[in-house]
Amino acid sequence: MKFTIGWLKEHLDTQKKDNELIEKLTNIGLEVESFENLSSSLDSFKVAKIINAEQHPNADRLRICDVDIGLDNTVKVVCGAPNAKKDLLTIYAGPGSIIPKNNMKLSVSKIRGVTSYGMLCSESELNLSNESEGIIELPTGKYSGKIGRNFFNSNTEKVVDLSITPNRPDCLGVRGIARDLAAAGVGKLKKISLKNIKNNGSQKIKVSITKDKNQGCTVFGSCLIEGVTNKESPKWLKEKIISLGQKPISAIVDITNYVMLDLNRPLHAYDADKIDNEIIVRNSKNGETFEALDNKEYKLGDDMCVISDKSGVLGLGGIIGGIRSGTEINTKNILLESAYFIPRSIRKTSKLLNIDTDAKFRFERGIDTQSIELGLSKAAELISEICGGKISNFDIQKTDKHEKNKIKFNVSLFEKITGFKVNDNEIIKILTDLGFEVSKDKFELDLKIPTWRPDITQSIDIVEEIVRIKGYENIETLQPEKTKIKDTLNAQQKLFHFLQRSVASKGYFETVTWSFTDSKINKLFKENLKEIKIVNPISSDLDVLRNSIFTNLTFYLKKNLDRGFKDISLFEIGPIFKDSKPGEQLTVIGAIKSGKISRLNWNEKDRVVDVFDAKKDVIQTLVEAGYDRQNFFVKDESPSYYHPGKSGSIYLDKDEIEPVAFFGEIHPNILKKLDIKTEGLVGFEIHMDYLKENKIKLKDLKTNFEYSDYQKSERDFAFVVDKNFKAQDLIEIISSIDKNLIRSIKIFDIYEGENIPQDKKSIALNVTIQSSEKTLEESDLEKINKLIISTVETKSGAKIRS
Amino acid sequence: MSDLKKIKDEYLNKLDSDLNIESVNQIKTELFGKNGQISNSFKSLGSLPTDERKKFASDLNSIKDELQDKINSKLQEIETKEINSKLENEKVDVTLPEREFSRGKIHPVSQVIDEISSIFSEIGFSVEEGPDIENEHYNFTALNTPDNHPARDMHDTFYLDNNKELLLRTHTSPVQVRTMLNGKPPFKIIAPGRTYRSDSDQTHSPMFHQVEGLHIDKDINMGHLKGCLNYFIKSFFEVDKIKMRFRPSHFPFTEPSAEVDIGYEIKDGKIVIGEGDKWLEILGCGMVHPNVLKNVKVNPDKYQGYAFGIGIDRLGMLKYGINDLRAFFETDYRWLNHFGFDPLDVPSNYRGLSR
Repeated sequence: MKFTIGWLKEHLDTQKKDNELIEKLTNIGLEVESFENLSSSLDSFKVAKIINAEQHPNADRLRICDVDIGLDNTVKVVCGAPNAKKDLLTIYAGPGSIIPKNNMKLSVSKIRGVTSYGMLCSESELNLSNESEGIIELPTGKYSGKIGRNFFNSNTEKVVDLSITPNRPDCLGVRGIARDLAAAGVGKLKKISLKNIKNNGSQKIKVSITKDKNQGCTVFGSCLIEGVTNKESPKWLKEKIISLGQKPISAIVDITNYVMLDLNRPLHAYDADKIDNEIIVRNSKNGETFEALDNKEYKLGDDMCVISDKSGVLGLGGIIGGIRSGTEINTKNILLESAYFIPRSIRKTSKLLNIDTDAKFRFERGIDTQSIELGLSKAAELISEICGGKISNFDIQKTDKHEKNKIKFNVSLFEKITGFKVNDNEIIKILTDLGFEVSKDKFELDLKIPTWRPDITQSIDIVEEIVRIKGYENIETLQPEKTKIKDTLNAQQKLFHFLQRSVASKGYFETVTWSFTDSKINKLFKENLKEIKIVNPISSDLDVLRNSIFTNLTFYLKKNLDRGFKDISLFEIGPIFKDSKPGEQLTVIGAIKSGKISRLNWNEKDRVVDVFDAKKDVIQTLVEAGYDRQNFFVKDESPSYYHPGKSGSIYLDKDEIEPVAFFGEIHPNILKKLDIKTEGLVGFEIHMDYLKENKIKLKDLKTNFEYSDYQKSERDFAFVVDKNFKAQDLIEIISSIDKNLIRSIKIFDIYEGENIPQDKKSIALNVTIQSSEKTLEESDLEKINKLIISTVETKSGAKIRS
Repeated sequence: MSDLKKIKDEYLNKLDSDLNIESVNQIKTELFGKNGQISNSFKSLGSLPTDERKKFASDLNSIKDELQDKINSKLQEIETKEINSKLENEKVDVTLPEREFSRGKIHPVSQVIDEISSIFSEIGFSVEEGPDIENEHYNFTALNTPDNHPARDMHDTFYLDNNKELLLRTHTSPVQVRTMLNGKPPFKIIAPGRTYRSDSDQTHSPMFHQVEGLHIDKDINMGHLKGCLNYFIKSFFEVDKIKMRFRPSHFPFTEPSAEVDIGYEIKDGKIVIGEGDKWLEILGCGMVHPNVLKNVKVNPDKYQGYAFGIGIDRLGMLKYGINDLRAFFETDYRWLNHFGFDPLDVPSNYRGLSR
């Protein structure tokens, strides 16, 4: 909402300085977005006089003018206007000026070899009218003494731009703002002065509001003004319109706009001669069409509130008028409409048709139901003053009385909510100044709510009115209490934070990417999850919710590879989506690692990242988070985007149904499809939702410290097993032979090749044997040795390598 | 006796010269070997007259000790010398680079969330979360923003179905609704998380982060709200004093509502928080609207309290001097390295928020 301080002062009697008013506005909830000298751009337009005009030597249509702009010396301006002649008073724009019509910035320039310092302006260039033939000719009597002065003198005023919250339609008019300021004690609200206009005769066009279900119009006021001469608006009006950044159109249109901005009272003017017989306010029928003032044809559905005549739809009530009945410069008779439309109806229709207009914006938020006649009076007065014409009586059709709403307000609520006290008299004064009718009844106030405040419906609204006018600075700052109701983080949240930092500590950079992604990439990773489309994506390549963290990670990996990075470790912890209902999401860690380990290293040989890098990182992370490595079970199954032979899944325990993690090399096809060029790419995923809360807390884990000081023995074995035989199974077989004696098993070599049959491999392992009861003798060791060999051979079909 | 002295002097002299281990061992044998001079002297003890024997034995013992000590120290000396020369040969260029290590980073958003959680933990808040996909009811209607309310236009919503029933939450406020529906007052929670609006430019990103705060009890008023936020902002920016301004605003789910500005100034091209004559809007808050309390089955005549919503990314930008919001989500390795935090740098209230 824009307005000038001068305009505000037409409603507010105040001695306060501008900056005090500005600060007050913000303090009472009318946030000042900007307070700027919009006119600074208009200040460069000066009243000027052509002292001499001569023919341009190189161009027939151009003249070189010596222009007096009130300085010691005249300036030379090259001008193409046929009316540029000696002694003409006109408007000069110097270099640096911005021409309102096209926003072009002037500079000193050579025109056909002659330097021109600025330009002489036409009316259209200044948005004063559409007159573009020739430069402005100012009347000598009024302007001869003003050479060098600013042409737009009223615009030295700064323009205030307020950000009005949706609950305050009353402040979409200058008067509403003035009322709030008056209540806040920075001035007095002036009475609206209406000249006594003569109403002659009845309004001849019949108006009716039909009793349709969900009728969107409850009041339709109108008056006929006959015999007007529509024309350009007078300067004061044009300047008001221009100062707010709008374009003057014609007196009638400008006046309706002016009343809207002044009182937040939208009006509509019809060319009365174009109305077929009568006005019927009714619901539309599906399929009806009309051409609106935005030059678009709209096809209407059922039950939209339309203003119609015998021939059809004239306009959408409260939203936009139609071309058929629009006023033009030669309009003679006008019908002025001042109506009330129900916000819900306005919102529904404008949403369906996707129309956004100033009127819609206002009606949607709620217009003062009692401003019908005031709007008609104000506009009719101005129209007759500027355009002449005979004003009819006002015709008001009503289907709802719109009586004032009432609230009982218990004053103690104010202190209960705000924590400070304001005495009853001050409360009453604030509310009265805001337009409430107040009567006191013991502890309660009986309030009648002003009709321009549709937002106020209950006691808490009254608390807000009082506290914002009184000022939030009166609220005490209370020290926060430190009492806790609950632990800060629950187990899952602790785990989240732990895993996040655990993964990062292994050299991965954490990233945060969109929860949505490109469906084409997502398809590569979605497996059998459902694709979840966004109906209105921000762009076509961010059109689905991600089914995997890898979609965005691989996308950004490529970007970083393209930047010249080779060895990249990235991870993200966040949601992936299974389906489109609330809660159908999983929290997943996805991590990827590309390139080489020890690249260009003087003391270590480099190698390409491989599946065991990923496995190490994921296992270490899980172990650090408190899960027992001894119980982990690894399967060689994984989603299809992993390399089928170099990937696996991890279960916390053999009996678990869901794997908690996947790891492996990324499938070469994925790299190909995404055009990712790297020596190697591995990754892992941890599904937090399948990680069980550790039943044993750390504090319980640490109660018993048991250890053995008896001598340890180590024995090496090499077993020849089938190539597909899994190391995990071998370890499982050995460790379950005697859990008390076999302390650890380490695989130190895998061998295939010479001396080993083709379909076999040799696994060499080291077993640590230690008793917690005695020093083992050679015979004990020999016994366990034999047991290991015989058990492995029986259970796995392996042969000990001799 | 003179023989003994001679032997002693001779060998002490020998041992003073530059010897290797073998020569020292040779000397050892010459003196203490089977037929060594000292050994032989001991053997001759028996043949001496009793009166001389005692003196001779005593002299012999002292010479023996002296020579033995000398030999031991000589051996020690040689050993040390040899080790030193061996170590000298093993010398490497320690200015060569160390073995490779990799250092990961925590994203600024995560770090800031941890900072925020740490601060609010200190004043008794616990952390709640809610789903990213919400239905229209929890995101809007239950928060006193019915379908016909123009405030809905303030949120450019991403929808997941044509009926506009399912959407990506536009704010973290639906967590308020879920928390209150699933529990009984009092409530004292924060809810950080991802939020979405279909808006994208220099200062808007289609996804961003908010933290919601909610404190409901019997007598929580606007003074508590002011105190809580004042405490938070001071702690977060790690300053003792902060210039703060509460000004009236409007949100459908709170009343009275406020927006909070903090004072700042630009010094040497950098933003300095807390002082100065410029205002920067950083959050919205207010007393939870009675309609919201009714919608979540909390009696507004018995319980009241405040709620607030803060933009996490923006707080991070201010605190850590990050200019472009969109860069948060673009995964530029250089950016992550520059603005990321060490994973061991866990914000906590006992060791401080930031290093």
